[in-house]
Amino acid sequence: MLWLALWFPPGLWPTASGPRFPGLAHSPSLLFFKSLVGKDVVVELKNDLSVCEILHSVDQYLNIKLTDISVTDPEKYPHILSVKNCFIRGSVVHYVQLPAHEVDMQLLQNVARKETLQQKQ
Amino acid sequence: MNYMPGTASLIEDIDKKHLVLLRDGRTLIGFLRSIDQFANLVLHQTVERIHVGKKYGDIPRGIFVVRGENVVLLGEIDLEKESDTPLQQVSIEEILEEQRVEQQTKLENEKLKVQALKDRGLSVPRADTLDEY
Repeated sequence: MLWLALWFPPGLWPTASGPRFPGLAHSPSLLFFKSLVGKDVVVELKNDLSVCEILHSVDQYLNIKLTDISVTDPEKYPHILSVKNCFIRGSVVHYVQLPAHEVDMQLLQNVARKETLQQKQ
Repeated sequence: MNYMPGTASLIEDIDKKHLVLLRDGRTLIGFLRSIDQFANLVLHQTVERIHVGKKYGDIPRGIFVVRGENVVLLGEIDLEKESDTPLQQVSIEEILEEQRVEQQTKLENEKLKVQALKDRGLSVPRADTLDEY
């Protein structure tokens, strides 16, 4: 049963700043996150909930999809016990803890440089 | 079949049972029927689950349309894991009573904290959001 509110042809789903095309990363930080797909990360949310899992995918709003999750802090949040994959809205993420050895420093520095250049323009 | 390869899409989660955590602290469980680019959701056969300690209670709610900005987390429920939780289900009246007691103790503790700070000449800054999750 698929009751989609609005249907757009694949690849032209509207976004806040105009239709986007698949396969293109639109911001340098998105590129950086895409390089971390498949790695173990810990996402800390604004409500102090910390979830430890494998980064599955990221989108232009920096919404995060995670597989194989486990709650790192003591189970103050018992409801998450029966969930293994989850989608976290970008707006509620505080920060993402990355494994230090997996981070490509060159890429990170390029990303930071590009972002400042973009912001200056 | 991926409409936007490499993106965090909810399209594969449609028609599956999901747990949604909202910004006001509520937990909804239902079948995800519809999505859009803002993460607005349509949930079918929704149940609001209230957790207090190790107990929980379910209130049936029907069909929910959730505005995307209020969504914190959306998780697919693993039906096998769901059946072996250490949590104990109780009736609606009982869980509402427990929740009321919990809120009261929280309010009392807050009052004591604010009083203690006032005594030392400090004031608590007022929270500028309504988020309670």
